[in-house]
Amino acid sequence: MMTRRKPIATGSDWNFEALEAYERAIAELAKEYRLDTYPNQIEIITSEQMMDAYASVGMPIGYHHWSFGKQFLSVEQAYRRGQMGLAYELVINSDPCIAYLMEENSLMMQVLVIAHACYGHNSFFKGNYLFRTWTDASAIVDYLVFARSYVAKCEERHGVEAVEQLLDACHALQNYGVDRYKRPSPISADEEARRQEEREAYLQTQVNRIWSTIPPVVSELAQEPLHDHENDPLGLHRHGRYPSEPQENLLYFLEKNAPLLEPWQREVVRIVRKLAQYFYPQRQTQVMNEGWATFWHYTLMNRLYDDGLIDEGIMLEFLQSHTSVVTQPGFDSPYFNGINPYALGFAMFSDIQRICQAPTDEDREWFPDIAGSDWLETLHFAMQNFKDESFIQQFLSPKVIRDLKLFSLVDDDRDDSLQIEAIHDDRGYRRIREALSVQYALSAREPNIQVWEADIRGDRSLTLRHVQDRRRPLGQSLFPVMRYLHQLWGFPIKLESTEGDDIVRRYQWPIPEPTRESA
Amino acid sequence: MSYFIDRRPNARHKSAVNRQRFLQRYRSHIKRAVEESVNRRSITDMERGEKVSIPTKDISEPSFQHGPGGRRTVVSPGNKEFAEGDRLRRPGGGGGGGGSGEGQAGNQGEGMDEFVFSLSREEFLDFVFDGLELPHLERKQLQVLEETRPVRAGISKEGVPARINIVRSMREAQARRIGMRAPLKRALREAQEALDAEERKDPVLRNPARIDELKSEIARLEKRIASIPFLDTYDLRYNHLTHQPMPSNQAVMFCIMDVSGSMTQAHKDIGKRFFLLLYLFLERNYEKVELVFVRHHTVAKEVDEEEFFYSRETGGTIVSSALTLVNSIIEARYAPEQWNLYVAQASDGDNWDDDSSNCLELLNESLMRKLQYFTYVEITPHAHQALWEAYDTVRAAYPERFAMQQIVQAEDIYPVFRKLFRQRAQG
Repeated sequence: MMTRRKPIATGSDWNFEALEAYERAIAELAKEYRLDTYPNQIEIITSEQMMDAYASVGMPIGYHHWSFGKQFLSVEQAYRRGQMGLAYELVINSDPCIAYLMEENSLMMQVLVIAHACYGHNSFFKGNYLFRTWTDASAIVDYLVFARSYVAKCEERHGVEAVEQLLDACHALQNYGVDRYKRPSPISADEEARRQEEREAYLQTQVNRIWSTIPPVVSELAQEPLHDHENDPLGLHRHGRYPSEPQENLLYFLEKNAPLLEPWQREVVRIVRKLAQYFYPQRQTQVMNEGWATFWHYTLMNRLYDDGLIDEGIMLEFLQSHTSVVTQPGFDSPYFNGINPYALGFAMFSDIQRICQAPTDEDREWFPDIAGSDWLETLHFAMQNFKDESFIQQFLSPKVIRDLKLFSLVDDDRDDSLQIEAIHDDRGYRRIREALSVQYALSAREPNIQVWEADIRGDRSLTLRHVQDRRRPLGQSLFPVMRYLHQLWGFPIKLESTEGDDIVRRYQWPIPEPTRESA
Repeated sequence: MSYFIDRRPNARHKSAVNRQRFLQRYRSHIKRAVEESVNRRSITDMERGEKVSIPTKDISEPSFQHGPGGRRTVVSPGNKEFAEGDRLRRPGGGGGGGGSGEGQAGNQGEGMDEFVFSLSREEFLDFVFDGLELPHLERKQLQVLEETRPVRAGISKEGVPARINIVRSMREAQARRIGMRAPLKRALREAQEALDAEERKDPVLRNPARIDELKSEIARLEKRIASIPFLDTYDLRYNHLTHQPMPSNQAVMFCIMDVSGSMTQAHKDIGKRFFLLLYLFLERNYEKVELVFVRHHTVAKEVDEEEFFYSRETGGTIVSSALTLVNSIIEARYAPEQWNLYVAQASDGDNWDDDSSNCLELLNESLMRKLQYFTYVEITPHAHQALWEAYDTVRAAYPERFAMQQIVQAEDIYPVFRKLFRQRAQG
């Protein structure tokens, strides 16, 4: 079926006709490989525009905040000094899927980017369960428009500084703004604006109801030991904790319960939370997403070459570029900067294909379900139903571990030396797979912190619980974050680190003074 | 389905607002860096932007993170000689780092502690001249009536067709039509009613003559209504333009420098940097700034920039020669009604004994009245001499438009400049 055709274009200069022709050719191949995508909106931009896009974390429109300016300045500086090349592409999880192509790219790069972003990432956005659950590609651009204009309106009404401070506080907590068990419903910008007004009124009444139950309590009486029968014969304090279950979504809890926030402030908290939620799947599928896109650009480019649509020159240029993308320097190399998600992801998807097509005995033993199965089917299944953590747990094969020469190292502060726990041998495969999977689990990367109790009958303090992961304490940034929390909550913030059932450390903000003098 | 969009013609600098927000937020940090760099920079160097660095910890965005300690497992690639169970000495300080990337600040060496970015030339100068103003810019502008520009000044009944205001013309026409028709329509209605009443009458009682009369009346009225023109010449309205005096937007800066034997190259460099700052400052306030260089020892001479800064003369000093020359240049080329005139003078304070009183007289009698602002910097570590005292009386006479400061070393230039042009409280 493969008849060699004439190359669509040659050389390194691109033009729109050539790009469109290549795009059609790739689209045809993609259909053959059952890559289901959103429509593509491919935008040609300049390098400056790319820096803009970078700075706004890839969002086509965003509200204004200094931190995006900071991001922009650092990208600009690195780019100008040649420390960093800009990514060749940037792709946005939206419907239609927006992909940016830089005008400086060579023809090969443009074709590569179309394959990588417009068919690789795009099909991942549309197919992967996390994205399907957590993001709404058709609503995001609308929501961004709403967020931008709402924040701008707040700035007009309440001043840039007030909004900025609120956003600072929310940004500090944005990794704790995800509601993991409830799927959000999609709504458009108009709808959002309309609902926002209703919500404003309703929310405030809700908050008022919670807090209306507070009896005026002298703060000394609020100390826990005093809540026994003798001191509280009427049982005013025996109502159990509020909230009754720990809440992992700090921003949501603040939006709904913070006693003193104005309605517009609640809405801004909500905006930050919604956008954090939109990025939530991306943080958990880095290896898979890049691996999938890289696998497909590799496969598609090879097909284009086999079909004669690109010539040797472009193919050589491509292979050179592809190789540098999937290079994994060793841990002792000066270029080492952690595990390269492109390298790991590409290796894993390629290996799944290999296991399906040419399984060895080892593969049959490790992957009885997929060894020898239809590779395309299996690949799609893997892409759709996993995130990095479970993908590695499920599909990291001994061969990939051997190829990358992975090893795992234990660093225990109770031990005065480091220990090699496992290497790429029979005894080590499972342990490495387990350890690497944990390494990509969000819960291991970010401290597990939840709302434990809001003392609605006492001093209104908010208590958070940090469940320590293998005795790892909280870092230095804890107090600045607690300060922001305090700004949002309006009353003291307490934080307890727990290990097992024991509370091992307590923190408080504002830091209590030993002797309080009334001013 | 895919489509391509060429976004290249779109506006760039989408991040401009965010960038400004950032600069605004870290204003004090940036200002400090700019001040340092102004003093450090060489003379020709004001034309470019500046690299500014801020300690990373001052601009960090905190979030909950794991600290060092506890037990962690890191999977890394590229094992060469390790075997299971090997024990390794803990490198340097802290935990193993690596793998997950997020944990601690990296060990990528320095540079991590400083957030470095570039200011554009404009931004840089904004910071350099932040909080400074040209004194009495406004007053001068109001006096200058020579140049005018057309501005809109309402609506007029006369004008050229090109300036016709369609909306207003149509509104006038409609008002006129309504106004002119109203009495006719009323008469028409009455005539119609009278006619109807007449025709309803019993045929015996009808007055045919009356009916004819009414009919012709109706016809006449209808014709009159129809003949009211839709648009008439006196409906037309025109946008009216008047000529408003425009503030003169050009300035001349006279640089006067003493090049007598007592002025060393170091003195001149200081003078030059001062002139340069003033030039950049004027450039930001006026569309056009012309420079006139006047150097003097015992006689004054108008020279070009190169000669001004680098030639060296010997001999005594007569400051009034320069002031006289400036005065005659103004008379010959720069009419005070059309130009904003600035004089900056740098000297080490030496002057011929009797000459200071001449200067005083020249300034008081003729020069100060024409000038926008006169700045005098005396570059000397020594005590002031007669010239300073003479100028001090000028300052007393024109406290708003005459300023003088002493510069001892290069580091003083920027602070002195700031002192001379500090924003005054409006009052």
